[in-house]
Order: sequence, then C-alpha cells, then structure tokens
Amino acid sequence: MIQHLIDGILIGAILSLGATGLTMVMHMLRFANFSHAELLSIGAYSALVFEQLFKAVLPFTAGTIGPLSMTWALAVAMIASMAVTGASAVLFDKLIFKRVREKGEELSMVFASFGLALIIRNVIGLVFGLQTQLFSKDIIFATVLSRDPLIMVKPDQIAVLAITLLIIFALHLILSRTTYGYALRAVAENPSLAQVNGINLQRMIVTVWLIGGGLAALAGVFYGLTNQISPVIGRDLVLPVFAATIVGGLGSIYGALLGGFIVGIAANLALTVLPSGYSPSVPFLIILAVLLVRPHGLFGEERQ
Amino acid sequence: MTGIISYLVFFTTMASILAIATLGLNLQWGNTGLFNGGVAAFFGAGAYGTLLLGGTSQEDHLGGFELPYVVALAGGMAAAGILAWVVGVLTLRMRRDYLAISTFGMAIVFENVMRNAEWLSGGAKGLRGFERPLRDALGDGFAYNAAFLAVVLVLLFATYRFLQVLVRSPFGRLLRAIREDETAARSLGKSPARVRLTAFVTGSVIMGLAGGLYATFYAFVSPQDVLPTLTFQIWAMLIVGGAGNNRGAVFGAFLIWAAWTASGWLLSRFAPVDAQIYTGSIQYVLIGLVIVGMLLWRPQGLLPERLVISQSGQAPS
Repeated sequence: MIQHLIDGILIGAILSLGATGLTMVMHMLRFANFSHAELLSIGAYSALVFEQLFKAVLPFTAGTIGPLSMTWALAVAMIASMAVTGASAVLFDKLIFKRVREKGEELSMVFASFGLALIIRNVIGLVFGLQTQLFSKDIIFATVLSRDPLIMVKPDQIAVLAITLLIIFALHLILSRTTYGYALRAVAENPSLAQVNGINLQRMIVTVWLIGGGLAALAGVFYGLTNQISPVIGRDLVLPVFAATIVGGLGSIYGALLGGFIVGIAANLALTVLPSGYSPSVPFLIILAVLLVRPHGLFGEERQ
Repeated sequence: MTGIISYLVFFTTMASILAIATLGLNLQWGNTGLFNGGVAAFFGAGAYGTLLLGGTSQEDHLGGFELPYVVALAGGMAAAGILAWVVGVLTLRMRRDYLAISTFGMAIVFENVMRNAEWLSGGAKGLRGFERPLRDALGDGFAYNAAFLAVVLVLLFATYRFLQVLVRSPFGRLLRAIREDETAARSLGKSPARVRLTAFVTGSVIMGLAGGLYATFYAFVSPQDVLPTLTFQIWAMLIVGGAGNNRGAVFGAFLIWAAWTASGWLLSRFAPVDAQIYTGSIQYVLIGLVIVGMLLWRPQGLLPERLVISQSGQAPS
C-alpha cells in the first residue's frame, strides 16, 4: 500500500511535467494536443543519443553521479534534449499547427495532432527500432526503507522527484513573479486584449511550445530512467497526461501539477484492487469520475 | 479469374463496411462538428455485442444467447449507442475537446477490457462460436460471400439514404446551425447539448452496425480488431473523401481502403525479410501523412461539402 503510494508519487511527478506543458498549450491555442506525449519520446531518445555522444567525446563524463544510475553525460544530455525537444515543438507548430490554425477550425488541430503523433511515434520506431532501451544497463538496487511493510526506493526515483519539485518551484516563480509570466497568463486569458497591451502573441506561442517541449523532454528522460525507453512511451502516457490536465482543469497550470500527482497516485492505488492488466483503463475512470463530480476540474473555469 | 472475382468481393465487402462506419463519423464530425476519438470503441461494441448475443454457448466466456441474427445485430448497435450516450451526456456540455479526450480514452478502455475480461469477451484470443446466419442454405463458399456483399451493399445504401434525408431535414439544418454558430442556435430556443447528443448517439449506432457486419463476416472478433489504428483509418477516409459530404465519405472509404491494402501488399511483397516487422510503422507514417497533408492542403477533402446557403432562391411550387 505505502509502496504503491510512493510509486504513484514518482510517476505522478513525471505526469505533472508532461501535463503542465500540455495544459499551457491547450489553454493558449485551445486544442487538445494528442501529439504532446510524443514529445516525451523525442526527449527520451534525444537524451539517449546525446548521452552516447558526450560519453564518446568526453570520456570523463561517463562516471555516475553518486548513488544514481545517471551519468554526468546524461545530466548534460538532459539539458541538450530539453533544447532539442523544445525546438521540435516549435518546428511542429510552424510546419503544421500554425497553418491549420490560420485556416480557422480549432478541432482540425486535434486531427492534425493525431496525425502528427502517428508520424512521430512510427518514425522513432523506424529510426531507433521497436525494442526497448535503457539509459543504463547496470542494475541499481533499491534501498530498502522498511522491511515490514516492505518499502523500496531507488536513488534515481528520489532524484527525479527532487528535480521535478525544483522545476515546478522555478516555473511557479516565473509565472507569478516576472512580467513574462504575467504576459503568458494574459495571452492565455484573452489574446486580443493582451496584444493591445503590446504583448507579442507569436513570441508567446513560441515560448509556450519551448517550455512545454522542455518539460516534456524532462518527463521523457525521467520516465526512461525509472522505467524504460521505447517508441510507445507516447502512446502509453497520452491518456494519463490528459487525465492529469482534466483533473486539474483544462488550462490551469497549478491544476495540471496537482493533477499529475493525483492521477499517478490514484492509478497506482487502483492496482491494489484491480488486476494489473487493467492499469491502462484507470486514467479514463479518473476522467469519468472528475466529469461526474467536478466537470471543470479542480482549478478549471467554465469556458467554451 | 475466379480468384480475382472472389478477392474483389472480399475487398468490396470490407470497404463497404468501413464506408458505413465513415458515414457514421460524417454525421458526427462532418455535419455536427463533434470530434470522435474512439471510433474503434463503437465499432467494437457493435462487433462484440452482435457476436455475444447471436453466438452459440461457450464454456469459457459469456454468450450463447443464440438470438435471431437481426436481434443480435440490433443489440450490437444498441450497445454502441449506450456507450455513446454515456460519454456524450458527460462531455457534450463542456469545451469541445473534452469529447475528443473522453472518446479516445473510451477506445483505450474498450480494447483493454476486451483483452483482459476473459469471462466476458474471451480475452486476447477473441470471441468465437458464432454461426453465420443462413449458413445452412448458402454454405461457406463464394455464394455466401456474394450474398453477404449484397446485404452489406443494401445496408450501405440504406445508411446513405437515411443520412441524406436526415441532413436535408430540419434536424440536419439544425445540426449545421449549431456547428456554425452555437450561440445563434441557442438564441432561437434550440438546445445544442441535446441535439449534439442525438447526433452523436446516432452516428455511433451506425458505427455499431458496421462493427456488427464486420464481426458477422469473419464470425470472429478479437482485441486486434478494435485497435486505435481503425479509428485513424476511418478518419483518413472521411478527411480524404470530404467531411460533410456523404458521397465523399463513401468514396474516401473505398479509396483509403484500396491504398491501405495496396501499400500493405507492396510492403509485404518487396520489403526485405528483416525489415518486415517495420512495415506496420511505415503504413502508420503514411496514414499520418495523409491526415496531416489533407488538413494542410485540401481540408475540404476531395469531394467538399456542398453548402446550401438559402432555399429562398427556389421557385415556390
């Protein structure tokens, strides 16, 4: 039970990162982006490539950081991967979403995002192969916190949680304390009014994709660290990430952060009563429950 | 020669069944602007419902009600309608992407439950034990397939006519009015939520019909038949054919199904043996490119919707 709770918090941290970027995009561009979870795959795979690269070029980075399975190379690769993933998100917007958006129909963007997700997922499969991969083949033993009940935590998981909380705090500071944060929120609330006040809409859209892509890359790397990397990361995480945004309320950043943890914990606790084969269904049950009890989520407001 | 004819019969049967599902999606997306992300779930509900209700009794899972075929098929369609009603009631009042997310989730859950609930659906090995109707009279060979194709074509035509009449009726005008300007429709005293729900359930029942026919044709259905791929294929059919145009939906279904089977055949024929596991990926990339490409360069489809602006220009009779 407590083990499920801890695992839930850890997967929740990953979902939070994914859902935050998604909800920002959904709030500003007003469409459900089904390709967002594929950014997690892009993040994980580009970190994999960069790590190999750094290890080959700078062999001294191949050592692991303290008790973690993460190498110094991977830590640097993670930052590079955030940049690459953010840039890919901006590129996809330029190539596809911007053009579809200009034709006017919001829901066509949802179609386009599905198409894009199919392309990204399968191109990754074609380039890197369909098999699963790992950042590190060394087995890191979990630290046993308690024997009765048995509770185990891996050092990697603690690091993932710590970095996530740090990033969330930094994002909170940016959104609540800087003019940039105000501008972002203003654009999401009312694009035309924000433009009247001299906010550059195009630049804000690029910023949102960069932040969303960067957070997704982190989430992807963390998922790869604590689970494994495969081309179907996006397919497996798209529904949990959406569930997190719906729990939090579409468009609410704090809601998405909290929603990620709620979905992660609930999905893991559900496994105490449901057979594990049913775990892909749990996010949908959470969505249904939210729609029944509190349709606009924890922090969402009614808006068409 | 007979080989070619029997293949053509098989191809036309499949394409017609998928065309029926595409027509159902056209009512939802093309005419009403509802995004159904889980076509596979409603198709699957029809398929599983029909086989469960009409099948012979099995030891390892539910079923064996052995209802008359028409009742079983109607039951499958009703199952699809009930699923649609549940999702629709919960989401159609909300921002429009809630429906997209929920239906997408519904399809994942449907496949997941069918794969795991062995007592209900036979699990991953699928649902067997269905006797195709009139098998005693027609046997299992070409005669049966030709007769089945005739039935499917009649149902495709009936669905097409039904939808043509529906979209030209006052109800059809109301659907387009809500799609174009919900506030204006509401100001005329219409209830968009209820009208949307009706259209959504109707479209899903039509998908259930397609699923029921599909399962009847194979006398078998398994979770492999209700993967999200099916949803993507049917979307591609509608977008290529032309959303809002029923003739376009049917045309798109035949075109995309031909392209899908042809690309599958070419890949299996000419791809090197060790690359065969990747042919699926290539086909998915192609279907993704078709969807995105159409949205970018010809969003109205090959046969665009013909909008009737006003009927006042017609001479009074």
